[in-house]
Amino acid sequence: MNHIKEKGMKCIFMIAACTSVLAVFLICVFLFASGVPAMGKIGPIEFLFGEVWRPSNDKFGILPMIVASIYVTGGAILFGVPIALFTSVFMARYCPKKIYKPLKAGIELMAGVPSIVYGFFGLILLVPLIRDTFGGRGSSMLAASLLLGMMILPTIIGVTESAIRSVPESYYEGSLALGATKERSIFFVVLPAAKSGILAGVVLGIGRAIGETMAVVMVAGNQPRMPVGILEGVRTMTANIVTEMGYASGLHREALIATAVVLFVFILIINLSLSLLNRRAENAN
Amino acid sequence: MQIDTTAEADMMTEPKKRNASSVLTRLKSYVNHPGSGILALLTGLAALATFALLFFLIGYILVKGVPYLTADLFSLEYTSENVSLVPSLINTLTMTVVSLLIAAPLGIFAAIYLVEYAKKGSRLVNMIRITAETLSGIPSIVYGLFGMLFFVTTLKWGMSLLSGAFTMVIMVLPLIMRTSEEALKSVPDSYREASFGLGAGKLRTIFSIVLPSAVPGILAGVILAIGRVIGETAALIYTAGTVAAVPDSLMGSGRTLALHMYVLSSEGLHMNQASATAVVILAFVLVINALSGMAAKRIAKG
Repeated sequence: MNHIKEKGMKCIFMIAACTSVLAVFLICVFLFASGVPAMGKIGPIEFLFGEVWRPSNDKFGILPMIVASIYVTGGAILFGVPIALFTSVFMARYCPKKIYKPLKAGIELMAGVPSIVYGFFGLILLVPLIRDTFGGRGSSMLAASLLLGMMILPTIIGVTESAIRSVPESYYEGSLALGATKERSIFFVVLPAAKSGILAGVVLGIGRAIGETMAVVMVAGNQPRMPVGILEGVRTMTANIVTEMGYASGLHREALIATAVVLFVFILIINLSLSLLNRRAENAN
Repeated sequence: MQIDTTAEADMMTEPKKRNASSVLTRLKSYVNHPGSGILALLTGLAALATFALLFFLIGYILVKGVPYLTADLFSLEYTSENVSLVPSLINTLTMTVVSLLIAAPLGIFAAIYLVEYAKKGSRLVNMIRITAETLSGIPSIVYGLFGMLFFVTTLKWGMSLLSGAFTMVIMVLPLIMRTSEEALKSVPDSYREASFGLGAGKLRTIFSIVLPSAVPGILAGVILAIGRVIGETAALIYTAGTVAAVPDSLMGSGRTLALHMYVLSSEGLHMNQASATAVVILAFVLVINALSGMAAKRIAKG
C-alpha cells in the first residue's frame, strides 16, 4: 500500500514538473500554427520587410513595428543601463549598512509595480512634460524610451549587483594594495571581472523592454509608420497586437498572431543568449 | 535571500569606522585623482536618481489619486456615470484565488520533483529547466494571445475568468517553481537523513519534514505571484475580457482592477478615477511586497 502511494506521488510530482514543457510546447504549436500560414499568405518578404501596415487594404508589412521595437528598446537601454550600472555599484560597494535594507526593498518594490501603473504615470506626467518642453504631441518614441528605461532599472540592478558581489574580494583588495583608488579598483578591476553577469542583466533588460506592452501602448502614440524622429509617435510589435486584436478578423487577425510569432522569435533569441551568458558567468567563477 | 546574506557578510568586512576624518581623507584623495572623484560622484547621482524616480512615481500617483478615492468609487454597481471599481476588485480577488489554487500546488510539486526526485543533469530535468526559463521570458501579450487561441477559442471557454485564470497559471508557474526550488534546496540534507534514519518514507519526509521548513521561501514566491496576477493587464484583455461586472460564474467575462484602470485611462473620460484605481493597485503592491519580504526574512533567520 505504502509502496503504491510513494510511486503514485512520484508520478504526480513528475507530471507537475512536466507542465512547463507542455506549456511551452502548446504555446509554440498554437502561435506557429496560426501565425506561420498567415505569413505564407501575405508573403514572408512582404510581411517582414513591407513598410505599409494598412489592414483595410490588405497591406500587412510589419517592418515599421519591428524597427520601432528595436529603437524604443535601444533608447531604453541608453537611458537605463548607465543609471542601473552605477546604482548597482552603489548598492554593492558604497551603500552604508544602515540604509541598505530599505533601499533594496525599494528596488524590489520598483520591480513589483505593475506596468499599467508605469504606463499611467507616463501618460499623465511624461507625455505632457515632453509636449510642453519639446513640442509635438508628447506621445512619442522619447516618452516610450524614457519610461521603459525606468522600468528596466530594477531588473538590471538586481542582476548586476549580484554579479558584482560574486567577484572575489581578493581582486578588489589586490588592486587597492597596488595603490589604486577605491573607484579605480571597482570600475577597472571588479567590473571587468563581472562582465558576463552584467551583460546578462542588460540582456534581461532588453527582453523586458521589447516585450513590454501596456506601458508602451499608453505613451508611444501608436502610429503604424516608419519611425521619423524621437518626438514622433511609433507603434511597437506588442502595441500593434494589443491595439488591433480587439476588432481584427480573418487575415488581419492572423497577421497579428504572426506579429506575435516574430516577437516570440526575438524573445527566444534573447533567452538563448541569456542562458549562454549565464553559463559563461558560472564558469568564470 | 542568498544575496542578502552575502551582502551582510560583505559589509562586515568593510572598515567599521566611517568617521569624519576618513571621509576627509577620501575627499582629499579625489583632489589627486579627479577621475575617481567623478566616478564616485556619478555613482552617487545614479543611485539618487533611481530612488528619486521611485519616490516620485509613488508620490505622484498618490497625490493624483487619493483625492478621488470617494465613496462613490466603492459602490457595488458599475455604471457609465459612476465607474465603481468594486466589481473589478471582486474579479481580481476571484482571479487571484483561482489561478493560485492551481499554480501553487503545480509549481510546488514541480519543485519537489526537481529537488527531491530527479537525477541531476538528466535529459528530462534539463528540458524542464530550459522550458521554465523560456516561460519566464515570454512577454505577457504573447501569453494573452496564446490564452485567446487555446482557452478561449479551442477549448471554447469563451472570454471568461476561467480562461484568464488559466493563462495566469502558465504565466506565474515558472516564478513559483523557481522560488520553491530554492526554498527546498536550502533545507539542510541532515533533516532528510534524520527523517530517513527514523524510518520515515520518502513521501513522509517530504511532507512532514522538508516542506514545513521550506514554507517561508515558498510563501515569498507565492505572494510575488499574487502580485503578478493583480498587476497583469496585457495577458487578460483577450482572455478574461473587459466586462465591468461580476459574472455569475467563472465562465463569465469580467475585468480585473488593472484592466479597469487601462480601460478608464484609454477612454480618457475618467482619468481621476483611473488615478484612484492606480492608488488601490499600488496599495496592493506595497502590502504584497512587504509580506513577501517578511516571509523571506523568516527563511533567512531559519
